[in-house]
Amino acid sequence: MMGLNVSLFSLLFLSGWIASSIRLMTILLLGSLGAVFTARSGITNIGIEGMMLMGSFVAVWGSYTFGNPWIGVLLGGMAGALVGLILGVLSISVGSNQVVSGTIINLFALGLTSFLSAVAFGTSAPSQVPSLGIVPVPLLSKIPFFGPILFQHGLLTYFAVCLVPVVWWIMYKTPTGIIIRAVGEQPEAADTLGISVPLVRYSCVLVSGFLSGIGGAFLSLGQLSVFMENMIAGKGYIALAALVLGKWSPWGVLGSSFLFGAADALQLRIQSMGLLDIPVEFLQMLPYVAAMVALAGFIGKAAPPASMGKPYIKSR
Amino acid sequence: MDTLLEMKNIKKYFGEVKANDGIDLDIQRGEIHAILGENGAGKTTLMNILYGLYHPDQGEILIKGEEVQISNPKVALHLGIGMVHQHFMLVPPFTVAENISIGLEGQKLYKLDLVDIEDRVRELSQKYGLEVDPKAKVSQLSVGVQQRVEIIKVLYRGAEILVLDEPTAVLTPQEVKELFIVLKNFVVDGGTVIFISHKLKEIMEITDRVTVLRNGTKISTVHTKDTSEKELARMMVGKEVLLKYEKVETKKFEKVLSLKDVYCKNVKGLSAVNGVSFDVYGGEILGIAGVDGNGQKELADVISGINEIDSGEISLNGQNLNELSPYERICIGLGYVPDDRRGVGLLTPFSISMNLAIKHISQQPYKKYGLLNHAYIEQNAKEIIAEYQVKTPSGQVPVSNLSGGNQQKVLLAREISCQPQALVISQPTRGLDIGAMEFIHKTLFRKKSDGTAILLISSDLDEILEVSDRVLVIYEGTIMGEFIPGLIPIEEIGLMMAGVVKKER
Amino acid sequence: MEIPSEVRKLAIAAVPPIVAIVLAFLLGSILIFAVGVSPIVAYRSMLDGAFGNIKSFTEVLVKMYPLLLAGLGISIAFTAGAISVGAEGQILMGGLATAFVGTYLGFLPAPLLIPISIMAGFLAGAVWGIIPGYLFAKKGLSVVINTIMLNYIAHYLVNFFINGPFKEPGGYYPQSPRISENAYWPSIIPGTRLHIGIFVALVAVICVYILMKHTPLGVKISSVGVNQKASRYMGIKVEKMIIIALAFSGGLAGIAGAGEIAGIHHRVLSGFSSNYGWDAIAVALLGKLHPFGIVLSALFWAALRVGANNMQRVTQIPVSLVVTIQALTIFFVLISEMWQHKGKLASVTHTFLKRKSIS
Repeated sequence: MMGLNVSLFSLLFLSGWIASSIRLMTILLLGSLGAVFTARSGITNIGIEGMMLMGSFVAVWGSYTFGNPWIGVLLGGMAGALVGLILGVLSISVGSNQVVSGTIINLFALGLTSFLSAVAFGTSAPSQVPSLGIVPVPLLSKIPFFGPILFQHGLLTYFAVCLVPVVWWIMYKTPTGIIIRAVGEQPEAADTLGISVPLVRYSCVLVSGFLSGIGGAFLSLGQLSVFMENMIAGKGYIALAALVLGKWSPWGVLGSSFLFGAADALQLRIQSMGLLDIPVEFLQMLPYVAAMVALAGFIGKAAPPASMGKPYIKSR
Repeated sequence: MDTLLEMKNIKKYFGEVKANDGIDLDIQRGEIHAILGENGAGKTTLMNILYGLYHPDQGEILIKGEEVQISNPKVALHLGIGMVHQHFMLVPPFTVAENISIGLEGQKLYKLDLVDIEDRVRELSQKYGLEVDPKAKVSQLSVGVQQRVEIIKVLYRGAEILVLDEPTAVLTPQEVKELFIVLKNFVVDGGTVIFISHKLKEIMEITDRVTVLRNGTKISTVHTKDTSEKELARMMVGKEVLLKYEKVETKKFEKVLSLKDVYCKNVKGLSAVNGVSFDVYGGEILGIAGVDGNGQKELADVISGINEIDSGEISLNGQNLNELSPYERICIGLGYVPDDRRGVGLLTPFSISMNLAIKHISQQPYKKYGLLNHAYIEQNAKEIIAEYQVKTPSGQVPVSNLSGGNQQKVLLAREISCQPQALVISQPTRGLDIGAMEFIHKTLFRKKSDGTAILLISSDLDEILEVSDRVLVIYEGTIMGEFIPGLIPIEEIGLMMAGVVKKER
Repeated sequence: MEIPSEVRKLAIAAVPPIVAIVLAFLLGSILIFAVGVSPIVAYRSMLDGAFGNIKSFTEVLVKMYPLLLAGLGISIAFTAGAISVGAEGQILMGGLATAFVGTYLGFLPAPLLIPISIMAGFLAGAVWGIIPGYLFAKKGLSVVINTIMLNYIAHYLVNFFINGPFKEPGGYYPQSPRISENAYWPSIIPGTRLHIGIFVALVAVICVYILMKHTPLGVKISSVGVNQKASRYMGIKVEKMIIIALAFSGGLAGIAGAGEIAGIHHRVLSGFSSNYGWDAIAVALLGKLHPFGIVLSALFWAALRVGANNMQRVTQIPVSLVVTIQALTIFFVLISEMWQHKGKLASVTHTFLKRKSIS
């Protein structure tokens, strides 16, 4: 306890910490917001990791080839959606176990991105590709203390945060959201009203793939501006944990993604500054333990959509 | 009258089961038309075809004289056909208005206008007397109210033909009355109703015409005012008797299985068995007759211990079973052949031998030195296969590869091989061919002469009459009466099954 | 008449994996062709790399060892219907426990210490399997989610120890001290990395085979995987069976970790498992959840891993091509498996694949 440095609580530390939490949160938020769509339509999406990885590679390749990072981001999103399509084929049309399908998708993306990156860039990755910069919001970023924390980020970070109310609106305030949630809760009910359950679910894996792909693009173009083998390194699974911890809701995943981002940011800071006696690993572990404890009913019963994980196959 | 809807020569097969085998149906504008038939007669299949949920293998559908292809429910709704299913198709966590809005056409893309929907729901509520709070969550509504939501859901979509599948099965008598008022209002307003039911009294009360189905074929369409409950009962149940056995008279043994004033609920938490009492003696087959869904399944499950008992007492040879688990009941001599043989009775991917052994797999001689005694298990299977004439090359064939009849033989053999004192057997011959049926009945006779007490639950009245020594009729979870087969006319049985007549025991 | 039907059964069972492998390699050859190399040359070099000489073959067996054990473990969990993806964490925990034993009980003689190290690995892995099993049985929580969480917790736990209390004294790298030589699993062929673990794994294959096919417990475990409701009615304690299955599943993965530490690295390094736990899922599925099938699929998988290195040396095609081919293989296994048994529940794998995936 004596190791607690006074500077830990200094404003400087705090603002730096929160700012980097938000930055690290971005990819998780994009992934878990996408997964809100799949979960709400009744699909357990273990393939976020693979979607992100594909997105991060294609984004770098697109940025390198076309000289514009935004073309990279767009292509990255589309690549993620393509991975989503494969997941859809396995888990919706073939009707195979969704977790197994997702796991295989991740293996597939890992192999293919590494292979393509080696083919496209040679064994040593290109040192730099055109990347996404920081875009301070005019005026707002000048606000003392809050400005640097909230308004000096990449465009994709603003996009991800702004997407939260949008997804919430779509899910809970539009006819589309009603259809998605009905399919996830009670596919038979949607079916008897003439809604195509597979069509809705395919649309949702595509959206999820697109957003996860953009998340991957944010990592490769926004934070590192290179592609490295297996660079997602489990963030897709963390996004899934954030989804569960956030109770499958858009605002919930904003909170849980931030929590995971903050834990990550904190350990990075502590590591680089050597500030605390608490082992870093415990901080790193914290979000996972928190998710397990939360699930075990500490925060109350979180009910997943009733038909999540169930393939919907009907006789004709 | 003008013909609103025609279905011609509709055929629908599921594998070898002929659910609909060339059915014709015509519906006149403004009538209430009942589709009457026993369980498995093909009523629901026919209506699912009309609603676009199933595609017929053959046949055509005409609306106002024009042929239509109803490829999915959306098309049906456009054509003015709305269906209320027996199992409600509602999303429990949604409000009434949200449920109604699912997939509704003509909505704004970016904004769900629930206020508009709620207003219209109130309007419809008012007009037809369907009292419903559009803002209430469906999961918190009673079954009766949920049904109103279902009706409003299709009325909202402009249904002119309202199809109701067994709508009164889940309602209290008071709610049934209210429903009938709604239906009459709807007809006065220019609507048409198709009403699937097996309850004669209701049909006589509300319908204009009745189409009777049996075994996937149409028996007849009659005007309600020209017919009687007796006639309908005969048409529904059928006159021809397929099976004839020499009744084996056995001497009665002691009372074995005994139920005293047993109450229990179904999976939905509604009362399903209401104060049932009876005794089954060793050496007799007691039949429980009744149309499906009148508490038979729950009765069997409560005896075997799968369902919880609310009050009353079940005992076997004087020992109270109430607190025992299903497995403990097996151990003290209760055998149970459930109606859902694939879901509860058998492990279909497992081999025949393993299915025969699994109940005792941890006991000698199925186990030897801690390992499975394959030699014994296979030998045991071989003997049973021979004894029960199961058609299979060997005991190692997975049960899923067997026909329904052979699966049932395996299940029955397993339960009997435990030497039960009492055997509860539920819908034992549903979906089986005559040969397998006969074999199973003869097996029951054999066990009966051994002194086993057998409770036979079946909605196949022919089977009940041919096999049982004594019959109880169940209706809505209560016993309507008791009779000895052959001693009362079939019409009277039909009336008891339809809940019209109660015969004091 | 018995034997032909058995042979036929085996042949039918082998169809999906073989078709899948062929299709995956065909697609792979398109990728190889696209980078301007002859697929025949590439696949030849892969084959040479894996089976060309004794030394390379021993490498295949070295990589086969963890895949085989973890794959066996996963097959038990999957057979019980519990979708565990926790082998990676269980391998780590098993390895960590073995390192503790090998370090702090290093004074014991090898004939005693080696069995203890196996046991330690088993127990640590089993605990990591029982936790999600218990949470499922008592709270109905998703095994999938909890095993993912536990993978991370294990990862950071290992990092904590090798950076903290279990760090090599005076060392610079984050790694544990070298374990006592008494704890080393002896090598089989001097000059290679092949250690006795491969025999341990083969013994485990026999044990799992006996457990799953020849004991009442195994029958009950598969029964729960096939139909929980029916099992419950037949007096089988469903929750208990799932916990037991996950305990065995974790334990076997734990032994895999034990071998990696005591047979290869002789100390704990961060991330010493190199994704064996994830690959093992594929190995288990390709082997159709049958112990003998898993021997073949683990061998195949390991040969691909080793052969890929040679292919890269000879043809400059990156190793990762093989990962793509591996994934495609399972992709086609899933499709052919579902297609072969369309509409009926005929095989254990198929029953498993049709399960609702949240549990």
